[in-house]
Amino acid sequence: MRPCGVFDETYEKDIAIVRTRGHWLLLIGSLLFLFILPLFAPYYLLNLTNNIFITVIVVLGLQIVTGCCGQISFGQPAFMAVGAFFSAVLTTKFGISFWIALPLSGIAAGLVGLIGGAPSLRIKGFYLAMGTIAIFYLTMWVITHLHITGGHQGLSVESPSIGSFVFDTDERIYYIILIITIILTFFARNLLRSRVGRVFVAIRDNDLAAEVMGVNTFYYKLLAFFISCFYAGIGGSLFCHWYTVVNSEQYTLIHGLNFIGMIIVGGLGSIPGVFFGVIFLRLLDELVLFGSPFLTELIPKLGIAPAASLGVMVFGLVLIIFLIFQPRGLAHTWEILKTSYRIYPYKN
Amino acid sequence: MARIDQQSRNPILEIDNISLNFGGTVALKDINMDILPGEILAIIGPNGAGKTSLFNCMNGFYRPQKGTITFKKTDITRQPPYKIAKMGVARTFQNIELFTGLTALDNLMAARHILMKQGALAGGFFFGSARKEEVQHRQVVEDIIDLLDMESIRKKVVGSLPYGQRKRVDMGRALCMEPDVLLLDEPMAGMNVEEKEDMARFILDIHELKETSIVLVEHDMAVIMDLVSRGIVLDFGRKIADGTPEEIKDNPQVIKAYLGDKFSKKGVSL
Ligand SMILES: Nc1ncnc2c1ncn2[C@@H]1O[C@H](COP(=O)(O)OP(=O)(O)O)[C@@H](O)[C@H]1O
Ligand SMILES: [Mg+2]
Repeated sequence: MRPCGVFDETYEKDIAIVRTRGHWLLLIGSLLFLFILPLFAPYYLLNLTNNIFITVIVVLGLQIVTGCCGQISFGQPAFMAVGAFFSAVLTTKFGISFWIALPLSGIAAGLVGLIGGAPSLRIKGFYLAMGTIAIFYLTMWVITHLHITGGHQGLSVESPSIGSFVFDTDERIYYIILIITIILTFFARNLLRSRVGRVFVAIRDNDLAAEVMGVNTFYYKLLAFFISCFYAGIGGSLFCHWYTVVNSEQYTLIHGLNFIGMIIVGGLGSIPGVFFGVIFLRLLDELVLFGSPFLTELIPKLGIAPAASLGVMVFGLVLIIFLIFQPRGLAHTWEILKTSYRIYPYKN
Repeated sequence: MARIDQQSRNPILEIDNISLNFGGTVALKDINMDILPGEILAIIGPNGAGKTSLFNCMNGFYRPQKGTITFKKTDITRQPPYKIAKMGVARTFQNIELFTGLTALDNLMAARHILMKQGALAGGFFFGSARKEEVQHRQVVEDIIDLLDMESIRKKVVGSLPYGQRKRVDMGRALCMEPDVLLLDEPMAGMNVEEKEDMARFILDIHELKETSIVLVEHDMAVIMDLVSRGIVLDFGRKIADGTPEEIKDNPQVIKAYLGDKFSKKGVSL
C-alpha cells in the first residue's frame, strides 16, 4: 500500500512490487507471522492452512494458463494426480528421496501438460475447455489402469525426511509447504511482470496482434501449460506426502471446476487474487460444513447430510454473484481499497 | 521529394505477381509492386479494393494462391506472421487490435518482445538479468511515448481509452518493434482534422528519425499530397496506377474508380 505523495524516480522503482518501508514491514511481518503460526494455531486451523497453501500452488498454475494466457483448463486436478503418483512411485518403488522426487514430479506433470495443451494450437475457448475435460478423464484412466500406480487402490507413501527428522505431523510439513508456496508465489508474480508474462496476457487479449508482434503463440501457449502443470504437479506431490496415501479418488473434475471458480472469485490474472479466491472459497466450504447440521435441524426435510449438495449450490451461487457484481474479482475490490487509502481524503 | 535517388536503390520488399481469391471473390489479382528503403508509400482505393488483403499477405495472415513476396531477399510468402515480424515487418490494424487488458505502457513493452531475450526462468527470478532488461527496454519505450505524446495515458488500461488514443497506442506498439517496414492500415480513419494533423506529424517524425519505409492506406487526398512520395491505386483487387501523388490525382482511371464514369472527363479532384 502506497501512501499519497510517494512517486518513483527511477524505472527500477517504478516496476518494483515492494515499494516503501511500510511495504517491507508489512511483508516481513506477515512472513514472520506465517513462520510462527504452528506455535499457537490449533490442529484444525493448521490442517486447513496446509490445504489452502497446496491449493494456492495449484491455482497459481491455473492463474498463469487460464487467468493470464486465456487458455481455459479444467484438467488441473489430473496434472496434480500425475505429480502425486509420479512422486509416490519414485519414492516407494525406486527409493528416490522426496526432495528429488518433488521437482521431478513437477516436471513430469508439466510434460504431460504439454499433451494437454497441444489442442490449443487449433481450438480456443469453450472447445478447448471441453478438450481439457477429455484430457482429464484420459489421464485419470491411464493412471488407474497402470500397474505401478496401484490402480484404483493407489499407494501409501512415506512422509518426507531429512536424516532422522521426519516431517510426519501437520506442523512439521507445514514448513515445507509454506516455503514452497512462498517460492512459487515469488516466481509467478515476477514472471507476470517480465517478458514472458506479458506475452501470456498479450495472447489472452489478442492472439492475432501477438503474432504480429513476433510472438510464436503456440510455443508460448505450450509454455503456459507447462508452467501451470508444473505447479499442479508440485501441489500433487506435496499433497500425497502430506496425506501419505495417494489414490485417484482424491482428484476429481469437481476440483477442476472449483479451481476455476477460485480464479474468478479472486480476479483473473492477479496473483494476490489467487490467495483471495482460494481462501474465500475454502472458508465458504468450511462454513457450509459447519452450518449444514443446524440447517438440517431447522428444516428436517433436507435430510441428514446436505453438506455435499449444499456446498455445490453455494459455490454456484457465489460464482454467479461474482460474475454479475464483481467480475474482476476480490483483487479488484482490494485495488479500489488501496487507491482510496492512497488518495484519501479525496474520492475515487 | 527525393524520388529519383530512392528509385536507384534496391527495393526492401518486392511483391511479384500475387493473386488472392476467397472462393469466388477476387481480393487481389496479379499485383506487382516494390517498397523502397525509406520511402513513404500510400495505398489508395475504394472500400473492398483489396488494400487490407494486401497488407495481410505481406505480414503472413493470408497466403496468396499465386506469386511471391520477397523481403530483404528472403521469400516470405509462406512464412507465419511471427517470423515475418521478427524479420522486420510491423503493422497496425484498420480496426485497432490492442492488448485490451494491458496498460498503454505494457502494450508497448509487449511489442519489444522480439528485441528482448529473457525467458521464463530469468523472468520468474527477476532480480538480475530480467530486471536489467526491463529497465533498458523501458527507456526506449519511454522515448516512443514521448514521441507520440502519450505520457498521460502511460498507465491507463487501453481498453478504456478513447478511439484516437487507441490508434496512437497501436502505432506506438508497431514502432517499438523497430521495424524496417511499417504498414499502417488507415491510421487516420475516423479522426477529426486536428487528430489527423497530429498523426501526420507523427508519421513524418518517425520517418525522419528511423528512416523506416512506411506504407499507409489512406483516402484523404490532401493528406496524401502532403505526406507521401508515391502512391499505388487498387481497384477491385487490381493495380490501376503507380506514381507520384500528382500523377495519381490526374489519372483518369483513378478518378473513374472513385467517382464513377460520369465524372471521369471533368477531372474532379478526389
Ligand atoms: N477473410 C476474408 N474472407 C472472405 N473475403 C475476404 C476476406 N478478406 C477480404 N475479403 C474480401 O476481399 C475483398 C477486399 O477486401 P479488403 O482487402 O478488406 O478491402 P479494403 O481494405 O481495400 O477495403 C473484399 O471483397 C472482401 O470482402
Ligand atoms: Mg481495409
